[in-house]
Amino acid sequence: MSQLVTFQLTRNAFGRLVFNNQLGLMQEGVIPVRSFPITNPDQGIALVDPHGKELVWIERLTDLPDDYRILIEAELKGREFMPEIKRLSKVSSFITPSTWEVETDRGEASFILKGEEDIRRLTTSSLLITDSQGIHFWIRDRMSLDRYSRKLLDHFL
Amino acid sequence: MQQPNNSSNNNLPRNWDEALTLQLNDEENVLAWIETDLDSELRFSKGIVIVTNQRLLAKMYTSEIWHSWSYRQGLLLTHRDYAGIGCLELFDAHARLMYWRYRVGSSDRVVNRLIESFAQQLDRHLTGKLHQEADAVVQCPNCGASMAGEQNDCRVCEKQSHVPPSTWTLFRLWRFAKPYKGRLLIGFLLTLCSTAATLVPPYLTMPLMDNVLIPYQNGQPINDELVALYLSGLLGASILAWILGWARTYMLALVSERIGADLRTTTYEHLLNLSQEYFGGKRTGDLMARIGAETDRINLFLSLHLLDFATDVIMIVMTAMILISINPSLALVTLVPLPIIAWLIHLVRDRLRIGFEKVDRIWAEVNNVLADTIPGIRVIKAFAQEKRESARFCAANQRNLQINDRVNKLWSLFTPTVTLLTEVGLLIVWIFGIWQISKDEITVGVLTAFLAYIGRFYIRLDSMSRIVSITQKAAAGTKRIFDILDHISSVPESTSPVHLPTVQGQIELRNVGFRYGTRSITRDINLVIKPGEMIGLVGHSGSGKSTLVNLICRFYDVSEGAILIDGHDIRSLPIAEYRKHIGLVLQEPFLFYGTIAENIAYGKPDAMPSEIVSAARAAHAHEFILRLPHGYDSLVGERGQALSGGERQRISIARALLINPRILILDEATSSVDTTTEKDIQEALDNLVRGRTTIAIAHRLSTLREAHRLIVLDRGSIVEIGNHAELMAREGFYYRLYQAQVRNVDTEDRGFVPIVEHSVAGEHK
Repeated sequence: MSQLVTFQLTRNAFGRLVFNNQLGLMQEGVIPVRSFPITNPDQGIALVDPHGKELVWIERLTDLPDDYRILIEAELKGREFMPEIKRLSKVSSFITPSTWEVETDRGEASFILKGEEDIRRLTTSSLLITDSQGIHFWIRDRMSLDRYSRKLLDHFL
Repeated sequence: MQQPNNSSNNNLPRNWDEALTLQLNDEENVLAWIETDLDSELRFSKGIVIVTNQRLLAKMYTSEIWHSWSYRQGLLLTHRDYAGIGCLELFDAHARLMYWRYRVGSSDRVVNRLIESFAQQLDRHLTGKLHQEADAVVQCPNCGASMAGEQNDCRVCEKQSHVPPSTWTLFRLWRFAKPYKGRLLIGFLLTLCSTAATLVPPYLTMPLMDNVLIPYQNGQPINDELVALYLSGLLGASILAWILGWARTYMLALVSERIGADLRTTTYEHLLNLSQEYFGGKRTGDLMARIGAETDRINLFLSLHLLDFATDVIMIVMTAMILISINPSLALVTLVPLPIIAWLIHLVRDRLRIGFEKVDRIWAEVNNVLADTIPGIRVIKAFAQEKRESARFCAANQRNLQINDRVNKLWSLFTPTVTLLTEVGLLIVWIFGIWQISKDEITVGVLTAFLAYIGRFYIRLDSMSRIVSITQKAAAGTKRIFDILDHISSVPESTSPVHLPTVQGQIELRNVGFRYGTRSITRDINLVIKPGEMIGLVGHSGSGKSTLVNLICRFYDVSEGAILIDGHDIRSLPIAEYRKHIGLVLQEPFLFYGTIAENIAYGKPDAMPSEIVSAARAAHAHEFILRLPHGYDSLVGERGQALSGGERQRISIARALLINPRILILDEATSSVDTTTEKDIQEALDNLVRGRTTIAIAHRLSTLREAHRLIVLDRGSIVEIGNHAELMAREGFYYRLYQAQVRNVDTEDRGFVPIVEHSVAGEHK
């Protein structure tokens, strides 16, 4: 599926992505950025330099040759951190601030919810929860959580 | 958190400590460490990175292997963070050796210490020299409060940690209740007496029944004297209860109102003394709500709910005592169902409370839609999106309806349930009472008295059950108030202040660095500004110009280095006294509601009218002020006379002129007005600048034509210093900035040519 790829991408020994284009521009420490990380993660990915200047626009990751795609996906994986909550084990209190113990797709974690306003509705059933440190936790579908989790969650909605 | 000077490793978390002890060589000391909470795939997993005096050690909790790197040439430990996730990386000259991930949170300082410690040890191993660390005052990374070197956690932040408010918080209100101790005691005694008085009438029903009514039914005549005695007793007790009840309520309401007022004033006073940083992180509405609504809620809680509850408790205790004294077994039967009924009511209440909270939140959502759309009405109309907005409102409203329906289902059940429970309780008393009467253990009068007593406090059970949620809410409110009160200003007053009645106006910045939260904003700024010199700060937005000005005004304190005025650290001067020497003119001049004269005299309320007029004249504001219908007495500010941006700016210049400061700061003073107005203001400013140490920020480089030196900032560091001609000749950063502006100002009526002439002419007065 690789048509018209006009740049080169490699990873150097320092773990940084290195970008080369036809004009002879070489840039170390290139960062891939998703344009719609929540609503449409696979659409529109930009490679930007460390100062945030866009180097190249990738419409869809599948347009790229496999090795580049894997490089970019690995880099994205190392940057993106939005654990998906699978279960609520315990909340310390129904009055905020409240400490939540949750099971996520990245293991068990606990975080502090500062206020109900930090729970943002993405759609009717999915929620984005911002913790006290600014890390986002995601609930894909609150209706598909187990009964106990739903009950706990319901106190905050 | 780590303690760098501690020779043992006993402050490591216990689970690491054991594993580590086996690893350490002789003479090896732990100097710094950080516990990481993510693995390299960003899954939650604990790990640790340790700097010792011999090497760097690391281990993940799930693996048994300790990684270790001895100090050698070329090693480099760095960290970076993105969206709350930090990455600590170890490099040598050729490659990245290892990296660790963690949630940044409050560990920023820990990481910096770790890296610092690592760099020092590396340096010691390579050069053999031990870098002595000046362990002076350390600042807390979160709140900026100074901490003693030995102290691990900041006391201020600890207090504000995110623990849910407990009911015990309410006891902290004692600090405000203390001055009213005496009156509170009187109030309490009055409560006791009035409650006792209310309990007399039911007691009198007993002899009234047994000695008057029952004998009459059995054929004896009514004893008029006895009736008169009992009935007057009833009336007397009621009147006494009425008077005492009034005195008690009035006394306690008086006290609680005073406590509330004290709380409000204290909080506001404290708030005003907090640093700019605090206000930066808070929403105005939230702070207003805290001081207004929350104190009111606490007030209401103290004067109404707590009082009622106390009365109820006293009543129940007294009633129980009376009942037991009359007949212990019937009393037992009467009182046993009480806790059960109370618990049942509480259960229902609790569910209801959750429902009501939901209603509150959904109501806020409806309000949000309104708050969103009404200010944006022009945009909505321009894009013809009225239908969509009304649909959005409708959806929010629909959800409001749904939730309300659900709550109402329960709510409508509540009152009948309480009534039913009460009736059941009474029924039990009836059954047992009748049985006892049949056994001749009690008289009819006793049963009547019991029923009269019990009916009273079953009714109170409902309001008592409410106390739980009300107390929780009041506790939450108290906590929010104490959040403000516990916050120690990140710009603390010096404990041994140096008084400077007059200053020359020399400002020196020594290695100044500033971090805001986790972001480093300025670094290594060194600058000496001579008295009377005018300095222009130039750079892109976000280059740290305003930060530098905020630091010089001491709205924030530097994270590193020091700022000195006439050779004294500004942190050693009393804040208010220091700021008196500074005149500040901002981009958006703020006028308070009041007359123009009051606004000009804001920094010097006792100024003579003649001083005000001459300041206004110098600021080129005199003439337009005279054109207003009430001259200097015209009202301005939020509800006052509408003034244009340029006019308001000139008033704020007059305000700065009046206090006659040695140091003057112009923060984009002319950027919100058009070029013609700018000319007027510029003339006013020229009057202001004369002979004062001036620091000016301007986006339009033309504004800085008078500056002796221009300081060019980029990403928080000084990149160039010099006057316009020098900087242009250098063809560096300033040259590019200038060129970019010249290209953009085709429409503006003034070029930039004068800069050269003026900066030469204005060289050192």
